[in-house]
Amino acid sequence: MNSMQKLLQLPASAVNLVRFQQGMAGEEAKSPVLTPDGGQQVWYNAMQANELRLLTSPEQVPAPDNSTSDSQTQPLRHDDLKEMLDSNKDSLKLEAMKRIVAMIARGKNASDLFPAVVKNVACKNIEVKKLVYVYLVRYAEEQQDLALLSISTFQRGLKDPNQLIRASALRVLSSIRVPIIVPIMMLAIKEAASDMSPYVRKTAAHAIPKLYSLDSDQKDQLIEVIEKLLADKTTLVAGSVVMAFEEVCPERIDLIHKNYRKLCNLLIDVEEWGQVVIINMLTRYARTQFLSPNQNESLLEENPEKAFYGSDEEDSKDDKLDAASLVKRKPYVMDPDHRLLLRNTKPLLQSRNAAVVMAVAQLYFHLAPKAEVGVIAKALVRLLRSHSEVQWVVLQNVATMSIKRRGMFEPYLKSFYIRSTDPTQIKILKLEVLTNLANETNISTILREFQTYIRSMDKDFVAATIQAIGRCATNIGKVRDTCLNGLVQLLSNRDELVVAESVVVIKKLLQMQPSQHSEIIKHMAKLTDNIQVPMARASILWLIGEYCEHVPKIAPDVLRKMSKSFTGEEDIVKLQVINLAAKLYLTNSKQSKLLTQYVLNLAKYDQNYDIRDRARFIRQLIVPTEKSGALNKYAKKLFLAQKPAPILESSFKDRDHFQLGSLSHLLNAKAVGYQELPDWPDEAPDPSVRNVEVPEWTKCTSREKRKEKVEKPFYSDSEGESGPTESADSDPESVSETESESGSSSSSSESGSDSGSRGEESGDQSEEEEEKKKKKKKKGKEGPRKACPESAGSDPSEEEEEQEQGKKGKKKKPQDEGKGASESSWEEGSVSESSSSKSDSGSEAEESQSEPESRRRTTPPSSKPAPKASRKETKEISLLDLDDFTPAPPQPASSPAIVSTSLVTDLEGLTLTNASLAPTMLSPVFSTVKTYELLHRMAGEGLSVEYYFNRQPFPPDPHMVAVQIQFSNNTESEVKNLRVSEPKLVSGMRIQEFQEIESLAPGDTASVIMGIDFCDSTQAANFQLCTHSRQFYVSIQPPVGELMAPVFMSENEFKKEQGKLTGMSEITEKLTLPDKCQSDHTIVQRVTAAANVSRVPCGADNEYRFAAKTVTSGSLILITLERKEGARAHLTVNSEKMVIGTMLVQDISQALAQ
Amino acid sequence: MIHSLFLINSSGDIFLEKHWKSVVSRSVCDYFFEAQERATEAENVPPVIPTPHHYLLNVYRHKIFFVAVIQTEVPPLFVIEFLHRVVDTFQDYFGVCSEVVIKDNVVVVYEVLEEMLDNGFPLATESNILKELIKPPTILRTVVNTITGSTNVGDQLPTGQLSVVPWRRTGVKYTNNEAYFDVIEEIDAIIDKSGSTITAEIQGVIDACVKLTGMPDLTLSFMNPRLLDDVSFHPCVRFKRWESERILSFIPPDGNFRLLSYHVSAQNLVAIPVYVKHNISFRDSSSLGRFEITVGPKQTMGKTVEGVMVTSQMPKGVLNMSLTPSQGMHTFDPVTKLLSWDVGKINPQKLPNLKGTMSLQAGTSKPDENPTINLQFKIQQLAISGLKVNRLDMYGEKYKPFKGIKYMTKAGKFQVRT
Repeated sequence: MNSMQKLLQLPASAVNLVRFQQGMAGEEAKSPVLTPDGGQQVWYNAMQANELRLLTSPEQVPAPDNSTSDSQTQPLRHDDLKEMLDSNKDSLKLEAMKRIVAMIARGKNASDLFPAVVKNVACKNIEVKKLVYVYLVRYAEEQQDLALLSISTFQRGLKDPNQLIRASALRVLSSIRVPIIVPIMMLAIKEAASDMSPYVRKTAAHAIPKLYSLDSDQKDQLIEVIEKLLADKTTLVAGSVVMAFEEVCPERIDLIHKNYRKLCNLLIDVEEWGQVVIINMLTRYARTQFLSPNQNESLLEENPEKAFYGSDEEDSKDDKLDAASLVKRKPYVMDPDHRLLLRNTKPLLQSRNAAVVMAVAQLYFHLAPKAEVGVIAKALVRLLRSHSEVQWVVLQNVATMSIKRRGMFEPYLKSFYIRSTDPTQIKILKLEVLTNLANETNISTILREFQTYIRSMDKDFVAATIQAIGRCATNIGKVRDTCLNGLVQLLSNRDELVVAESVVVIKKLLQMQPSQHSEIIKHMAKLTDNIQVPMARASILWLIGEYCEHVPKIAPDVLRKMSKSFTGEEDIVKLQVINLAAKLYLTNSKQSKLLTQYVLNLAKYDQNYDIRDRARFIRQLIVPTEKSGALNKYAKKLFLAQKPAPILESSFKDRDHFQLGSLSHLLNAKAVGYQELPDWPDEAPDPSVRNVEVPEWTKCTSREKRKEKVEKPFYSDSEGESGPTESADSDPESVSETESESGSSSSSSESGSDSGSRGEESGDQSEEEEEKKKKKKKKGKEGPRKACPESAGSDPSEEEEEQEQGKKGKKKKPQDEGKGASESSWEEGSVSESSSSKSDSGSEAEESQSEPESRRRTTPPSSKPAPKASRKETKEISLLDLDDFTPAPPQPASSPAIVSTSLVTDLEGLTLTNASLAPTMLSPVFSTVKTYELLHRMAGEGLSVEYYFNRQPFPPDPHMVAVQIQFSNNTESEVKNLRVSEPKLVSGMRIQEFQEIESLAPGDTASVIMGIDFCDSTQAANFQLCTHSRQFYVSIQPPVGELMAPVFMSENEFKKEQGKLTGMSEITEKLTLPDKCQSDHTIVQRVTAAANVSRVPCGADNEYRFAAKTVTSGSLILITLERKEGARAHLTVNSEKMVIGTMLVQDISQALAQ
Repeated sequence: MIHSLFLINSSGDIFLEKHWKSVVSRSVCDYFFEAQERATEAENVPPVIPTPHHYLLNVYRHKIFFVAVIQTEVPPLFVIEFLHRVVDTFQDYFGVCSEVVIKDNVVVVYEVLEEMLDNGFPLATESNILKELIKPPTILRTVVNTITGSTNVGDQLPTGQLSVVPWRRTGVKYTNNEAYFDVIEEIDAIIDKSGSTITAEIQGVIDACVKLTGMPDLTLSFMNPRLLDDVSFHPCVRFKRWESERILSFIPPDGNFRLLSYHVSAQNLVAIPVYVKHNISFRDSSSLGRFEITVGPKQTMGKTVEGVMVTSQMPKGVLNMSLTPSQGMHTFDPVTKLLSWDVGKINPQKLPNLKGTMSLQAGTSKPDENPTINLQFKIQQLAISGLKVNRLDMYGEKYKPFKGIKYMTKAGKFQVRT
């Protein structure tokens, strides 16, 4: 805090500084020495020097230097701008700012205007403000002291009720690169990370790398923030936080475990840039966590591909590995999470964004089983239609892939044909791919195509084509002769480059079978007179030397000619002349002795020391003297040893050890900050780390156990209670927790979040609670244990949990779990009434009794704190916060058909609202009391407001959705006159305001119900919440499942209505039910949790039907879920309301998939 | 991610620079200039240039190099795709994207760039959100601005960023509600010397111009969706429905956008609507060559082929050409050696023909390769693949929109080797 205060004082002194400088400004004409920016200039120059140091070449004295000197010579140049900025007129200020920004854009130095500009940071005019921000961010680094002036403005902005202003304040604040404000930034980021607006949280995620680059000492704290944000479940945040993760702590892969499944599921809805980052990160993650899907593949399959590239050490190592794993005979079963990733990324191949497509492609290449990789080829080929830069990158990656997986691209061979209009660099890459794809079946078409290319006007391209032909010839024995003949014909080409290239390639080819081709060697010997390209000359000389025995007559003659022109040759040619001479001397010393002597003598006095060295060395070696004894004998063996034929291979070979699609892959060198793609682990790490957290006593480590449990139908109202005082910083956590709970579907008490803050208030209770918790824990364990016979096995896991929670406890408040546990102990102990506990098999009778009861109770819409019991067996643990005033509207769920049919008729008379509706509207079947935050404690200055959809009919107007709102006053003083005002609604939307709350004492809570007619849309209702002193803008956005009210129907009615709503009104989706979502109860519970619907009886037991009506227009919504074999299921929604239908399908399938 | 951006014109001037992190001296561009010099042609400048401390990633469009400076590993396509998106945004804002326009609107450009990236990471790239933040300049607005002193920056807060459909703003209102869809197919083909097709494929797009009030939910279905082999969607399209029903269901962005691009499966034989008869001959030891081209319709499904344009890059040895067309205009640039012939419509009764002689550089031998002929053409009211839209329905809004569908076939990369 101390440093904070200091910092806050700083601006004041900085103000003085500005004043001082302004005073100086008038004098600066008189005393140019004291120009206000003298100091800055020094600083600026220093930075220049620093930059220069980074850059190597000396001639790069940069242009900005000139501009610096400009401003030095004319320090008064910007006086007019300063005047304009000081004026009162916004238009003048704006004009000045525009000119300044234009200067910045052109790279001119405008830093001397800093004091004048920074004063306008609080300007009312929004455009001036924006431009000032632009300026500030650009120059703050150079004018650190003055930049501090602006900080307080942003700090104020951070507290603004409007999320966009909060976000932009944070954005600018974090962009100011002034080390002294690091603590302020840290604080702001932490605060924003628990902001209720996802947009602000996104901005916080963006700010993390900025702070990290400014001060890497903050890493630990930042990781905490990242961890918190990773748990965020909104798509808006996901991409940004993963980006922050990648920049700050890519090595902390353990942070991903818990969020892995969520990230996979959210992926498709994340914005495209975020998708790229997430996919790349998940690729790395998957490589560390899963087993290779190809490990058990037979070696035979690999072989044909390898044949062409000879043996390779790495490959053989792989083979051994493969063999080893084969020996083990461990059947490979893909981890479901691995599958999840592959499945969820596949649709992204259809993205319009090339980077996303590429990211998915590399993911498949690195992670998918061989049989499945093929899908990416089509998408990559599609990218070839894009801009040439995109083509360039894609082709490089295709080139690498096509070496490993040739089959994948073979069907698209023609897409790589070259057009004369392609840029050369694209042509060469396409050629590379074509060569990689060449095999015995398609070689003839490829060669025909190559023939066209050879005649191209683009000579670089022709040279590359010749190389490509050479490679085809070495790889495919069948066409070697054809290729060689073709190349020999090229030797008579007029273009020297073409000839030279052919010579080089022919040389390599001849090495494979020299004896048959003395004719070609002779032909080439003749070329020495004409060819000037050094490489080609050197190649010919080497060939003649190597195979001098095949051309005994020509070789000495060539040497004769070459020794004549020796002094004029290039170095590589000279070396080859020496080489040739030596070889001839050894084979045919009679004819070439003198010539060799001559050449060696010439070389002895050559300017190049390499050549002199070589000459000396060879002379010693071949000319027998007395001293050089030993090696002389072996000279012939040394020179004329059988040399292995060169392997012509792609420059893209083995590039795939770099992650494809990365910059490092493109450069074939490790780029700064590149994260190695890890090898597959031999043993899969524990998959349970990805299981999302469930409250302590129900948590199981292994998946099997969990599955078992799921089958036991027990759960309670998962999203449980809603504390009116949900604390700010636990918001994202509670979100993740609720998610995890519905995911695990084991009985769970929504823990921590609300109790955290309550814990603050009643800190002294915590010890008691702790004790209770312990007791509870024992009890709680018993419940699931009964269900889970393997309880012994789960012990270590529980210890783990405890440890984990211990850790967590340190971070959060230790009361969290205590509270959560104690709550549920309450419920168990007391015969408290469970809110909407789910029906349990075998408890039908109970339910049928409880239903009318609850009916009666719920009809009064006001929220009586009347939780109601439907206690079942011990394992059923439901949640209720007895301390809270929360009316948990009770409803027994999913009434089995027989009971409810008669029941509903009984009930009809009891309801107030549904008389007008034809099929009876039922009151809610299952109330998930999922609370949403309306006003954050921080934003509301101590007043926090939450709301939830209580799923009750709203009696004043049946077309409205009832929203229960809870206020809690955390301030020190009374809050008076709480009311709604000035609703800003989309046309058609209506609000029934709640009655004004006269006053709310400090620490008190109050609950009211208001009705909103959302017009069957999920658009938010915006209104103001007023107190006696303040007003807050708030908005309520309903999930689509809340826009409807359950309706009862018989099976026949259902079928009839469904028959009417086919065609466009029917939306079907196939989905796979996760293991834990197999039991009837889980399914029914999840559907009813996702939407306010009622179950419709159904004869078939693999089918579930639900019905509801939209609240406003009363259109029917029919949901059918049909289970197929395996875990597959079909979800069908029939509704006239297309939008609602589609969104509902999405929501339900999401709920089921969790 | 992206550190800085430099805009460089063809004469090598850096006319705009923008830094998202600390300032990178523009001298870093010298590496780029080096690479540019080595590449000789603009299109051959490698898109990724490593320098000792930075990596330069560039795209070349509208005669401007957009050079992004990055410092650490980043997927190169990420940057390249983003740069192209920047260019598209400029085009969207100013109609054209050229050096002059950028210089004229430097402040708007700067503001747009500021919003598009935050700390080098893309923030708002949907043009719909950007336009809410920074209004594009129009003549009217410029006039109004000068009189009233008001500005281009939107004064409402941009709520688009918060929306679940970021591509559409709320509260759109039109008096005439219309939705137009253009199905445009391009034929990419390489035709052999003898007139046989070496490779041909059809790439199509559906561009839409939707001006509808409120939040309409559209569905578009095809008569023959099986034709579509490989598709890529605008983010607004619901992928699941496409997968299950082959129906495009979407809440459209406001205004112009590309709904879909697709590839027609290779199994379907591609009808080639035109043929080219050519007779181009160089003779050794002669300074004259003969040149003759005739263009004729082939499989056009009874439609007229229009907008025909023939271009050909002649070999360096050709000094000049004296040609007479039977219709249309032709030009030959002796410097770039580019021949272009604007043919216009093809009249099947009287086929367009271009005939004449080439004067060759004396003393040089005949070129290895005959020039390739590039062809452009258009056929209205025809989707060559046979793709047909079945129906377009709107949900979620009450009014009846006006719906229009247009088909067109064009030549894509259509080359005839001679």
